[in-house]
Amino acid sequence: MSDHYYDASDLGRFAEMGEEAPELWKKFLAWYSAVFAEGALSEREKSLIALGVAHAVQCPYCIDAFSSGSLEKGASPEQMTEAVHVAAAIRGGASLVHGVQMRNHVHKLSM
Amino acid sequence: MSSLQFRAHPLATAAAQRAHLAALPLPVRFEAALAQTGLDPLRATGIDVFQLNLGKKCNQTCRHCHVDAGPDRREVMPDNVVDACLAALASTSIPTVDITGGAPELHPRFRDIVTRARGLGRHVMDRCNLTILLVPAYADLAAFLAANGVEIVASLPAVNSRQTDAQRGDGVFERSIAALQRLNALGYGTDPALRLQLVTNPVGAFLPASQAALEADWKRELRRRWGIEFDHLYTITNMPISRYLEYLVDSGNFAGYMERLVNAYNPAAAAGVMCRNTLSIGWDGTLYDCDFNQMLEIPVNHGAPGSIFEFDAARLGSRQIEVGSHCFGCTAGAGSSCGGSTAV
Repeated sequence: MSDHYYDASDLGRFAEMGEEAPELWKKFLAWYSAVFAEGALSEREKSLIALGVAHAVQCPYCIDAFSSGSLEKGASPEQMTEAVHVAAAIRGGASLVHGVQMRNHVHKLSM
Repeated sequence: MSSLQFRAHPLATAAAQRAHLAALPLPVRFEAALAQTGLDPLRATGIDVFQLNLGKKCNQTCRHCHVDAGPDRREVMPDNVVDACLAALASTSIPTVDITGGAPELHPRFRDIVTRARGLGRHVMDRCNLTILLVPAYADLAAFLAANGVEIVASLPAVNSRQTDAQRGDGVFERSIAALQRLNALGYGTDPALRLQLVTNPVGAFLPASQAALEADWKRELRRRWGIEFDHLYTITNMPISRYLEYLVDSGNFAGYMERLVNAYNPAAAAGVMCRNTLSIGWDGTLYDCDFNQMLEIPVNHGAPGSIFEFDAARLGSRQIEVGSHCFGCTAGAGSSCGGSTAV
């Protein structure tokens, strides 16, 4: 047991999640592979979406995996940076739009 | 930037590079990976490509160069080796002559070799760094290549200056675009007799993207932004040799990159590796299974003649190929060869 929460080498141990629940792991892998296969969206577009989401959910493993993955799908550093900005804008916007709820509550309590 | 040799770098010699590769433990040896798919020992299936490496002299010093080429290198193929190569070629019906370097066009007999190979009715490919076409002393080179129907296989890692210049040197992208426009003006990329292929190597420690997907993007972008046309895009995996090996070690990516190559081993790519139908000839006439073995100074073996002065097409065309851990570079993912990916 390490004394910190994230270790880059743990990404390579992801498959250990199949040890206690092999059927669920198999289903997850099959679904995961299908999700990232070329479809209506290209593999590169999916990788860039995943990169953005990885930043939104702040998963360091996913950031490493989809930074490599995006490069290997032919994305440029500029495209990857824009994908992160999209994630950041949604995160920022999501906070800001809750300000309407704040305003609603303030109006309800105010004269 | 200068060559490893000029800097007397610890990885400057082929022996040091081989030792560095051998010292890294891998989960599986290349021979064992081949054996799993019935390909060990790997054998040549003939010689379709006669690849001449005219030397290490180049007008560029790219960071990923597996040749350690550059302006400070002096190795060039001497006349007696050139003559022996042309005689060997004439004694066969090998259809394709692939000329590489360094910048092969800097060789004093480059045009003679092209003219004579074309005179023998062979298809000739020039592995061109593009910027050589803009060097004033070579101003008529593009026209010469066009007049002789030489296929140009040109290096361009990215369709932006930041990545291209990071790999190939400041200002290379801008000059490469100008060179491509000059080639287009001669008919390259549009005339079916003047084929223009682009080659991209990843700018970093990762595998190349899908060749087909990238080609479509590149065609669209190069046409839209610079009006450039080309035939095909070849994606080539960087090999852990020479200056790219230096980069991997210095950037802390060596072990991770090798692991990536091993984990991406593709049996279909292994079946189609270029060494099976290529003979690589070094500047001094030594024979190799491929240009990468050449730079690691691993000559043909297993009873095949080791010099162009002992050329024997039958024995060389059925030779057993020398392999090592660097070979995982040609079998990773969609595979990699001088003609791009080798498997879908």
